[in-house]
Amino acid sequence: MATKTSSPRARSSAPAPQSETTVSESVASRKKPTSREESSTAVTAVEMGARQREISVSEFFTKNRHLLGFDNPRKALLTCVKEAVDNSLDACEEAGILPEVTVRLETVANGQAPVAPSQATRFRITVTDNGPGIVRQQIPRVFAKLLYGSKFHRMRMSRGQQGIGISAAGMYGQLTTGKPVKVISRTGPRAAAHYFEVQIDTKKNEPLVHENKQIDWAQPQGTEVALEVEGRYQKGRASVDEWLEQTSIANPHVRLVYHTPEGETKEYPRTYHELPPSPKEIKPHPYGIEFGALLKMLQDTKSHTVAGFLASDFCRVSPALAEEICKAAKVSPATKPRDVKHQAAETLYKTIQTTKIMAPPTNCISPIGEKAILSGLYKQIKGEFYTAVSRPPAVYRGYPFIIEAGLAFGKGPEEAAKPQQASVPLAEGEDQGNDTEQARVIRYANRVPLLYQQSACATFKAVLSTTWRNYGVSQSRGALPAGPMVIFVHMASVWVPFTSESKEAIADYDEIQKEITLALREAGRRLGIFLRRRERAASEFRRRNIFDLYIEEVVAACNRLKGGNLPTEKLKEQLHKIASSRTGGLKTDEALGKTGAGPEGLPHSIIVTAEGIEGETEIAQQTPGSPVVSVNTAEAEPIVRPESTVKTKRGSKEKSNVGKGRSVGATKAKAGQQALFGDEPSSKKQAAPLKKKPARTTATRKRT
Amino acid sequence: MAQAKTKKTGAVGKKLVGMADVVITAAQRAKDPTFEIPIRALSNVSFNPRRGLIEMGEKKQSRSFFNVGMAKKFMQTMLVADALAELQQADLTTSLREIYYRTKHTIQDSHENTFDTQDESDPIIEDLEVSLIALREELHVRAENSGSIVGPVVFGDDGDRVDCAKLGKGGYSVPSIVEPEYLEIRRCTADFLLLVEKGTQWNRLSEDKFWRRYNCVLLTGNGQPPRGVRRLARRLHEEHKLPVYVLVDNDPWGYYIYSVVKQGSINLAFESQRMAIPKAKFIGLSSADPERYELPRNVGIKLNEKDITRAKELLNYQWFQKPAWQQEIKRMLTSGLKYELDALANKDFQYLTKKYLPRKLKEKDWLD
Repeated sequence: MATKTSSPRARSSAPAPQSETTVSESVASRKKPTSREESSTAVTAVEMGARQREISVSEFFTKNRHLLGFDNPRKALLTCVKEAVDNSLDACEEAGILPEVTVRLETVANGQAPVAPSQATRFRITVTDNGPGIVRQQIPRVFAKLLYGSKFHRMRMSRGQQGIGISAAGMYGQLTTGKPVKVISRTGPRAAAHYFEVQIDTKKNEPLVHENKQIDWAQPQGTEVALEVEGRYQKGRASVDEWLEQTSIANPHVRLVYHTPEGETKEYPRTYHELPPSPKEIKPHPYGIEFGALLKMLQDTKSHTVAGFLASDFCRVSPALAEEICKAAKVSPATKPRDVKHQAAETLYKTIQTTKIMAPPTNCISPIGEKAILSGLYKQIKGEFYTAVSRPPAVYRGYPFIIEAGLAFGKGPEEAAKPQQASVPLAEGEDQGNDTEQARVIRYANRVPLLYQQSACATFKAVLSTTWRNYGVSQSRGALPAGPMVIFVHMASVWVPFTSESKEAIADYDEIQKEITLALREAGRRLGIFLRRRERAASEFRRRNIFDLYIEEVVAACNRLKGGNLPTEKLKEQLHKIASSRTGGLKTDEALGKTGAGPEGLPHSIIVTAEGIEGETEIAQQTPGSPVVSVNTAEAEPIVRPESTVKTKRGSKEKSNVGKGRSVGATKAKAGQQALFGDEPSSKKQAAPLKKKPARTTATRKRT
Repeated sequence: MAQAKTKKTGAVGKKLVGMADVVITAAQRAKDPTFEIPIRALSNVSFNPRRGLIEMGEKKQSRSFFNVGMAKKFMQTMLVADALAELQQADLTTSLREIYYRTKHTIQDSHENTFDTQDESDPIIEDLEVSLIALREELHVRAENSGSIVGPVVFGDDGDRVDCAKLGKGGYSVPSIVEPEYLEIRRCTADFLLLVEKGTQWNRLSEDKFWRRYNCVLLTGNGQPPRGVRRLARRLHEEHKLPVYVLVDNDPWGYYIYSVVKQGSINLAFESQRMAIPKAKFIGLSSADPERYELPRNVGIKLNEKDITRAKELLNYQWFQKPAWQQEIKRMLTSGLKYELDALANKDFQYLTKKYLPRKLKEKDWLD
């Protein structure tokens, strides 16, 4: 019993001081005598005490590796890649560098004949970045000491939180293959590149340096980590491939190169050329603090008075408010913080929780942003409709957070434009291509994809509880919506409440759930509008189509009835004439959504059709050197129309504008606002609220 | 007779060709081609108490081509008309299912079939029957043979002499078309006709030679009697003055079978004149019988919701307004039970033949 209680304690206070152990020993010895008489084989407190000793964090994790996501070889491989990439991205972003990350997975033969990647059990993972590098002295501790890092002690949004990840990955490698972590790091073109081989001393939780030398390295700056681990490479759901692909969706500012174990190279290009705004570090908000934490803060503070402590160690507490809290808690504002103990501290804590305090500042989180989400989705997922929603910041337990949602719907214009012709006539009871594919949910926390434990995640629950049927998407009871759809949900926060250490699912706080639902509803509403419009256009199209189809049949039947000597062509022509006048003729074409500006009045959306793309397409198109693309008016509906003179004119204008766009590329930054409206400032007034965006043919789009 | 036949088919054929003319004329005048089809529903039938028949009203629905909701049906109607005209020309008869297959194909340049299931083509044939005022037999469409007859009656079928008294216990299978041109009644010496709902009970009576002892004709339609059986009963009733008694289960469906035999059906009200037997009598199973014949309560079956709804519908039909019938149906509803004819076997295997029917006939215990 005593040993059990001591383990989490040892874990939470990383370099456990000796006194801690002695306290637990004395507690145990006080409790023990009661059980002594129960059986003759019972050991004495002294004997037990002899066995009780400190457990190092590293040892604890050796036994409980599943807590960190190393449950099975396949997941372990992913976790190692994930930790290394997360670290690289965090470092680059903090240093203000647009990240370029290379991930290389190789099989390691280990003395045996080389096997196929799907059969291999040992892998070398190499992750290289162009980040700021790590100073020489810190390298061993960053990579070979658990709970060592820069991110735990601050309230700032980042991918990593605890300082466990990469060292745990290294330890896993060490445990399964015995190989050290190999690190190359260079802090700048003038600095030397250092090569390290480090291992972790699992008893002491201290790094062991095996190799340390200066080397020549081609890269001017950055870090390279190589791990050799036991793992299993398998494609499909929750694979390394999927994780990297999803990472590139939520991080379109990253250029990612992935060398698969099969020798393939996948490149995820950068489509968004701005770094996300660097999040500010904030102090804790009084609502988000627990009693124990408050006690510790009272002890550790540098302030000399309680009022000063409240005002300086928390955010959103002004000196006036601090006085007010002290008064309400019946604590003199001038008391030394160290003297606030027991009952007084508890009253103070309760008072803080009931005082009305402004929500925490939100500049500590940096959302991906609607444009970047659109860009990411558009780059990776084939679809016909994309939209993105960023919610305003909200707060749970004193932690600010932002929810973002995105949707990609459809099978892509190539699929959609394909003439739906059945190759085989259908027999009775057969349906045509009635696929009931379910939507895919991709989840992110602070830009990191979450692949496991989907059903335990707040995001997934919110997707299920949203009534997608209201938005024209079918959904069976308690299931995901059906259809070719990808639902993107991102939670950005200084502290994402995961359900476990391995960061797989977001916990289900009401405030979070509510924000996700609101974001999904907004995205759903836009999808609904899009689907309804498309449906209307399609039904009008079908209407005419129906008559065209049936006229053939009716005329053929009439001809046979009349003994085969009917002037069929004449009859057909007469019927076609009636059909066309009945369906409104050419007027219908105009009436079909051709009136509004694009993308059909939907904010932050992209619509893709066989004829082109509409919406925030400069995102979709953006490649270095050609930031400004020409403007075109809405042209989206898949309606067959007679070629009109207006259209041809537009086409030629478009071409000339493309050229112009390239030449004036340099002025992009200033022309940002203007770029929305292209070279037609006169249309600004009329289109301003709708954000009319340029359209171009799909041929130029980059896809992987 | 052959002369008459060709003349008749010619008339139907002309009507079918007339449908093509509707389309052609409308097209010339730039109008929407439209057919008028009498409505086949309760709202468009009325009971004629004087004649004791259900008659079809005047209400019609129009089916036009250039209406998105009707375009496909219109097209299907033309295809079926074409297939029927083909039958006329070739002088063949066929089944509903064959018509379905004959008209089914995939429309050119699409993935759409003209018909997906037979459920789409069957109502169109009925539509044509009523709108062209042609009988199904005249359209050369036959139903399945699903009826049996046994008793002292002699038919001439395709020149063969069929003596139904000498066909063992299996009897003669009633063809679906029993018009005089196809089936000739040469002789009939029976005193009455007993129409039995269920084949099993008909088998019982036939095996026990009930027809010989009571000098009657036994007829069954295996459930709701098909047209052939109803028409044959009507002919025997009309041409040989046989009183008709109907023996059905004691449940709402049994009552309705009786009413169809007697007054005609709602769906095919236009055929009542030819098929209905207004003088037919309901011999059993009545809701009064379980008590009178001391059937134990435990051989009854609880009425389910559907039964109850149907029974309440029957109560509202004009042709069930006689006090005796209201009492009959209400008695079933109050008891909450229905009884199958087969339940009589609870007393004795031959209870139906030896006790029940003899007593019924002796006491003239039937409903009109």
